[in-house]
Amino acid sequence: MWENFGFEFVNYYFIPGLVLGCIYALGAIGITLTFGILRFANFAHGEIMMTGAFLTWTFLEISNIFLGFYMHPLIACTPAIFIAIFLALSVDRYFYKPFRDSPTIIIVMASFGMMLIIRSLVQVIWGPNQITFVKGIAKPNSYLKDFSSSMDMMLLVPSKHLFIILGTIIIMLAFNYMLTSTRIGKAMRAVSDSPDLAKVTGIDVEQVIRATWIVGGFCAVMAGVFMAMDTQFIMSTMGFRMLLPMFAAAILGGIGRPFGAVLGGLVIGFAEELSAYPWFGNGPLLSPGYKSGVAFSILVLMLVFRPSGILKGRVF
Amino acid sequence: MDELIGYFLYFLSLLSVGGIYALLALGLNVNWGFAGLFNAGIAGFAAVGAYTFAILTTAESTFHYGGLGLPIIIGEISAFLIAGIIAAVIGIISIRLRADYLAIATIGIAEIIKLIFKNQVDITNGPRGINKIPRTWEHFSESRYFSQPILSWIGDNQFWQAFFDSLVNWWWQPLFAATILFFVFVVYMMLERARVSPWGRMMTAIRENEDAARAAGKDVTRRRVEAFIIGTMIMGLAGALLAQHLRFIEPTHTFDPSKMTFLVWVMLIAGGSGNNRGAILGAFLIWFVWSASELFLNGFIDIVANIFNGIDVSMLKNRSGYLRMLLIGLVLQFVLQKYPKGILPERRPAAPGE
Repeated sequence: MWENFGFEFVNYYFIPGLVLGCIYALGAIGITLTFGILRFANFAHGEIMMTGAFLTWTFLEISNIFLGFYMHPLIACTPAIFIAIFLALSVDRYFYKPFRDSPTIIIVMASFGMMLIIRSLVQVIWGPNQITFVKGIAKPNSYLKDFSSSMDMMLLVPSKHLFIILGTIIIMLAFNYMLTSTRIGKAMRAVSDSPDLAKVTGIDVEQVIRATWIVGGFCAVMAGVFMAMDTQFIMSTMGFRMLLPMFAAAILGGIGRPFGAVLGGLVIGFAEELSAYPWFGNGPLLSPGYKSGVAFSILVLMLVFRPSGILKGRVF
Repeated sequence: MDELIGYFLYFLSLLSVGGIYALLALGLNVNWGFAGLFNAGIAGFAAVGAYTFAILTTAESTFHYGGLGLPIIIGEISAFLIAGIIAAVIGIISIRLRADYLAIATIGIAEIIKLIFKNQVDITNGPRGINKIPRTWEHFSESRYFSQPILSWIGDNQFWQAFFDSLVNWWWQPLFAATILFFVFVVYMMLERARVSPWGRMMTAIRENEDAARAAGKDVTRRRVEAFIIGTMIMGLAGALLAQHLRFIEPTHTFDPSKMTFLVWVMLIAGGSGNNRGAILGAFLIWFVWSASELFLNGFIDIVANIFNGIDVSMLKNRSGYLRMLLIGLVLQFVLQKYPKGILPERRPAAPGE
């Protein structure tokens, strides 16, 4: 059983799907939060993610020049997170805030413009070409490999994937704690449910909006860095490429439902990876060239049959 | 003299591309200006038009499906219709939902369309693209056109060969630019007519107050789908003209969303959404600014490179394109915040003779 089926399926399809799902889930949190609290689809979200990855790469290079070794990306991303959050907050302050009372579609357009502005800025600074993020081939984690081999189920999981999965779980737990137990988290949920009612009860909506950008920006940068760790390269179009799966995840899980977004992200990640698995016959079910079309197909199906998503989110 | 002709030809090519952008902006104006539909997939719909045209009109090729070698006008009409059919499918699915979803859905469908063109190598030649696309007027000088009626009735192959050899090599360029401007003019006249007609006024009513329009007995969903299809068909036609202008199309760089989708949005918003003349003005204006800034920046880079030796000029020129995109993006933000109505604001009420 394991020899014929499980080994290939688990190592080459299931675990990559899980990793991709974790990345999408983190990205989708920011999208669903802005959608729920500010009530617009933020097209610039993928670019915050991409900028975070580029900043992290810069700090990796800086550490190599001044310290003589490459830090772990998860350490180098700390300053990148602060810069990216600052970027997200200033974008909100100068480009979204003037439209708070305008029809939503105007602010969507502003975010559409920001998407191009941020990407062009990154392309001017770092150039349009692909950059190697981490060098070398990722070897499977030997401890896990030996341990699972002793149980006759050899798992070949590179350490980077373990970092991504564990990192996502930790962020999710912290996020859950924040939403359910802290004052600002409760305020965020209140604004998401009813902004007017929240304002009447004395919640500082602008503060909640800032918190939204901070949480969303943090998750976006982590998703970007995880993505860069996974693929080992970064390029200026990676944000745009991930935008659609993240939107699909947010809508799949139900708009305004952070845990729906996590669920949606996992579903999209698995669907993309497992679509290439030879379910019937020998060839892959779907040509790998169409992998990025999977998310969109799911998105369209959801929009047609259940726009409120799995966890019954809001439909605007 | 040669220099003057060079400037003249550059101006003609500016006019041609400007005209193509004007068509895209007019199409977007029907979507956004008339009906308030956020179409973020312009690149995809233009690609549909361009590929339809290319496959139907190119000569038999081993690299891609066809080409079928059909007359240019049939290619243009098919580009127009097929873009409309695809828009109808998408429109019916996503138009019920709020504008954000349409933006997501259209941006997604544009990517999917490009993905299909990239992966169906046997039909589209994939990333290597389709070349030798016939261009209106210039195509008459290809032997497969002048050896067929109607031209073959006038003279035989030698006659036409000699005739086209005797012309200056840019003879077709003024005619091609004029053809594009003619298309712009026809589309403009039709849209002006549509705008002041009951249909156009109904569109405005739906855009401004959907519930009131619905209460007045208007079929809101149907009208929206109509506006979406009409606008997209114009984009498909523009794509067919773009394929003629470029003579070579491939899925990734030709239909780069920032140049095809985003630039058109800036054109419409700057020119004035809801106003057909504004759409045309914005298209030419932004396109001239875009082209002029390229000349300016390249000249500037050359000066810098002369002063400082050892600067990688090609790298700077490569990145200056992104700097221009950045500036165009800032123009959009500026216009959105300070002049949301654009240069030529929409005139209301839309009535004949106003």
